[in-house]
Amino acid sequence: MLKRNKLTPYLYLLPAFAFLLLVYIPIFQNIWDSLYEWSTFSPDKVFVGIDNYVHLFKDPVFYQALKNNILYAVISIIFQVGGGLIVAAVLEDKLIRKFSPFFRTVYFLPVVVSMTVIALLFTFFYNPEVGLLNQVLKMIGLDSLAKPWLGDSDTAIYAVIAVSQWQSIGYIAMLYIVAIQKISPELYEAAEIDGANKFKMFFHITVPQTKEMTFVAVILTLTGAFTVFNEPYILTGGGPGTSSEVLSTYLYKTAFSKDMMGYASSIATVILIITLLLSLVQMKAFKTGKEDA
Amino acid sequence: MQIPKTNVTLPNVVNTATKERKKKRYTGTTIVYVGLIVYFIVIAYPLLWMIISSFKSTDEIFTHSWSMPHTWLIENYVTAWKSGISSYFLNSVIVTGVSCFLTVLVSALGAYGLSRFEFQGKAFVLIICLGGLMLSPQVSLIPLYSIIQKLGIYNTHLALILPYVAYRIPLTILLIRAYFLSIPKELEEAARLDGCTSLGILFRIFIPMSTPILLTTTILTAYYTWNEFMFAIIFIDDDSLRTIPAGLMQFRDALQTDWGVLLAGLTISAAPIVMLFLFMQKYFIRGIANGSVK
Repeated sequence: MLKRNKLTPYLYLLPAFAFLLLVYIPIFQNIWDSLYEWSTFSPDKVFVGIDNYVHLFKDPVFYQALKNNILYAVISIIFQVGGGLIVAAVLEDKLIRKFSPFFRTVYFLPVVVSMTVIALLFTFFYNPEVGLLNQVLKMIGLDSLAKPWLGDSDTAIYAVIAVSQWQSIGYIAMLYIVAIQKISPELYEAAEIDGANKFKMFFHITVPQTKEMTFVAVILTLTGAFTVFNEPYILTGGGPGTSSEVLSTYLYKTAFSKDMMGYASSIATVILIITLLLSLVQMKAFKTGKEDA
Repeated sequence: MQIPKTNVTLPNVVNTATKERKKKRYTGTTIVYVGLIVYFIVIAYPLLWMIISSFKSTDEIFTHSWSMPHTWLIENYVTAWKSGISSYFLNSVIVTGVSCFLTVLVSALGAYGLSRFEFQGKAFVLIICLGGLMLSPQVSLIPLYSIIQKLGIYNTHLALILPYVAYRIPLTILLIRAYFLSIPKELEEAARLDGCTSLGILFRIFIPMSTPILLTTTILTAYYTWNEFMFAIIFIDDDSLRTIPAGLMQFRDALQTDWGVLLAGLTISAAPIVMLFLFMQKYFIRGIANGSVK
C-alpha cells in the first residue's frame, strides 16, 4: 500500500467547503440580524432583542401570509401528490404503455419552463377583458363566473395556487412513475389472476408499494408551499391588498421595499423553522425506514 | 365460483370471464383515454397558444384569440430580440455556463475526497452536504445580499454565480459520490501502481467513467440556473446584466401593450431549456428521481 498524505482528502473538499460557507454563514447571520433593527441605508444596527418577533406575532399581514402558505400546502398536496399518483398509475398501466412516453413528455413540459415565463403567460389567460379563461366561461354559458381572477381579493390566491398546480403535477407524476416501475410486475399478475380490477390493484398494490415516494412527495410539496415566491410575486405581487401575500413575498417587501431588514430577518427565521422541521421529519422517517429493512 | 390458482386452463369458465372483463376493460380504457387527452389539452394548449400568439399582432390576439395567425409576424421575434432579450439571453448563457462548470468541477473534487479516502470528520462533512439540501434560499436572502455587497460583487455576474454554485453543490456532490462509490477499487489500485497520482486518477479514470452522472448533474444545474428568479431580481440591479427570468419582468413593464412581442420574448426564453429537456430526457428524469430520494 502506498502511503497517503493525510491532508489530501481535505484538499479535495476545500473548494466545496469554501462555497458552502455561502449557504451556512447566512443562516446564522440571519438569526443574529433578526435581533436588531436596521436598514441598508442606516448601517448602525440597534439591538432590540426579540422585539421583531413580538411585533411579528401581532402582525395581521404575517398571519394572512401564513394562512395563504397553509392553503397552498393543502391544495398542493391534494392536486400534486394525489393527482400526480393517479396520472403516474394511469401512464404506467399496460393498456396505455404504447402512448405513455408521449403523454409523459408533454405532461412534464411545464416543469422545465421557468415559472417566470409561465406566470407571465397566465397573466394573459387571467386578463379580465380578453383573457382565455373568461372567454371559455362565457363560451360554455357560465358568464356569471367570469371575473378579474387576479384582481379580486377573494380569488387572487386561488388563481395563483392554480398556476402552481398546472406546472407541478407533472413533476410529482414523474417521481411516481419511477417508483411504480420498481414494483414487481408479479404482484399485478397475481392480482389479475385473482380477478382484481384496476381500482383494487391501484389501492391494494400501487398505493402501498409507493408509500415511501408518497412521503417524499408530501415533504417536497410542503416545503415548496412554504417557500413559494415566484408565482405570487409575478402574478399578483401579493395583492390585491395583502390577499395573496405569502411569507416569502412579505419577507421580500419588508426587506427591499420597506427596508426593515431586521424585521424581514425575523420572517426569514420563521421560514427556516418550518422548513427545518419538515426536513427533520423526513430524515427521521428515512432512518427508521432503513432500520426496519 | 372461485377459479383455482393453477396453470391448468379451464376453457369454458375463463372464456366467459374474459369476455366480460374485456367489455368492461373497453369502456374503462375509453374513459382513461378521454381523461388523458383532456389533461393533455390543459397542459399543451397554453404552451401552444403562447407560440401561436407570438406570431400575431396585439389586435389580432384580442380579436382572434383562438385562431391561427392571419400572417405570421416573424417581426415580433426580431423586435423582442432587439429590445432586450438578446442581452438577457447572453447573460443567462454566461451565468449558466460558468455555474455548471464550477458546480460540477468543485463537486467532483469533493465527491472524490468523500468516496475514496478515509479521514477524520468524514461523517460530519457528509452531514454538512446533506444539510445544505434542506436550507431554502429565502432564509439566506438578506445576509447574502449584505455579503455580496461587502464582497464588492453586487451587480456583477458573480453575484449570481457564487450563490448558485453554493446551493447546487450539496445535491451534486451526493449524486456524484454515489456514482464514484460504484467504481471498482481495483482500477484505482492498478493506476496507482503505475505511478498515477490521486489527481491523475480522478481526471483519467473517475471523470471519464462517470459521464452519465456528470451529464445528469450538469443538466440539473443548467435547469436551476436558467430558471432561477429570486436571486436574479435582487442581486443584480443593472438591466444590461440581468438574466432572462429577471429581464422578462423589465421586458413586461416596457412592453405592456405589445402582447405579440412579449409572447415572442417568453417563447425565446423557454426554448433552450425545453430543447435540452427533449434531447436529454433520460438524464433529466434520472436526475430528479435520484435527487428527490436522497
